[in-house]
Amino acid sequence: MNLFAEALAHLFDPASWQGTNSLGLRILEHLGFSRAVLLAAAAIGIPAGVLIGHTGRGRGLVVALTSGARAIPTLGLLTIFGLALGIGLEAPFLALLVLALPPVLAGAYAGVEAVDRQVVGAARAIGMTEREIVQRVELPLAAPVLIGGVRSAALQVISTATLAAYVSNTGLGRPIFQGVKAGDYEVMLAGALLVALLSLVVELVFQAIQSAAGRRAEPHTVPARASARAPERNTA
Amino acid sequence: MNWLSQNLHIVWSLLLDHLWLSIVPIVLALVISIPLGWLAARYPRARTALLTGTGLLYAIPSLALFIMIPAIVGLSARSPWVAIIGLTLYGCALMVRGAADAFGSVSRETMLAADALGHSPWARFWAVELPLSGPVLVSSLRVMAVSTVSLVTIGAVIGISSLGTLFTDGFQRGIDASIITGIVLTVVVAFAIDAVVLLLGRLAMPWQAAVRA
Repeated sequence: MNLFAEALAHLFDPASWQGTNSLGLRILEHLGFSRAVLLAAAAIGIPAGVLIGHTGRGRGLVVALTSGARAIPTLGLLTIFGLALGIGLEAPFLALLVLALPPVLAGAYAGVEAVDRQVVGAARAIGMTEREIVQRVELPLAAPVLIGGVRSAALQVISTATLAAYVSNTGLGRPIFQGVKAGDYEVMLAGALLVALLSLVVELVFQAIQSAAGRRAEPHTVPARASARAPERNTA
Repeated sequence: MNWLSQNLHIVWSLLLDHLWLSIVPIVLALVISIPLGWLAARYPRARTALLTGTGLLYAIPSLALFIMIPAIVGLSARSPWVAIIGLTLYGCALMVRGAADAFGSVSRETMLAADALGHSPWARFWAVELPLSGPVLVSSLRVMAVSTVSLVTIGAVIGISSLGTLFTDGFQRGIDASIITGIVLTVVVAFAIDAVVLLLGRLAMPWQAAVRA
């Protein structure tokens, strides 16, 4: 527990929050980088997943991708991309995109797929175009599961962005790896505590968003427990 | 291929490290998750506490967890037990929900029928609840096993040796072959352990195959 006290002392030391080594900067880098990865994953994964869910074509692809991706070690991708692309943000961006895409894709697909086909048939019968069916029927009903997928991806990206520092010296992994190099356990522990706290906060925020979407999709039922996310993890 | 043939003995010993760092946490997490999942399925209050707890645990990055464990249990930071404890905790975080769903899927009528036949609660668990929840248990065990194998590699950045060491070494020395060997072997180990789990599940539940056929 003494070690925790020292790590906390490091965290509460004003000097840790000043200058170019400020932990505040690291948090902003961490969040900014994670957001970029997540936006890219959403921009690719949501349309693709919705399309697969709507047409019912390419299901096998989603299943193969999500179960196969779980086995791929992200640190391996990160280092091989790091060697190929050099030091910088490109390698971790690509490695984390590979990590974030499957849950987003699976969430979007599963959400749309689960929409009652009779509801879709009814929408078609009253003259909605396919585009309207997707936008005004399937998407709102799929939202809780779809957001569950994004939430799962967000959690994995925030966690694994810590590893990005291994090849690019950015984010909250930076104090951790500095601590590793210097054999300074308190600094490592302080970074670890901060990253754990950040993950928990992000998780709680997404939980709230997901249950809000659940209430909107089915206002008359008791909101489903926030269990719609795929139980998978392949992260740091 | 040249690199691999020159470093075969290192790769082999890292592979063995990786295997036991995977198998021990998978088995421990399974053994711990079954009673916890059973409790969560039978007692709503335990359910809330256990699922919230494991959900939050799951949100902590594994690297952060690996770093915190030595401070909590007083181990050396590079001890393989750090990875074993951390991965066991993660395995439970993944599996308790699956186990709760598995035991929750056994219908009330079935359990009442078992009671009526004179099963004690203990016998009912072994003869009725566990076999009936088997298929769901196996499918969440497979997910947990595969992600555990992949997560073992993370320990390499803090000096716990596994196939992940091929990533950190390969990166620092600029050897592509080392990293690619590590990725391929990790995926192979994951699929091999998955196949073993599937096979053991079929052997333990021969009636499953009969139902499917």
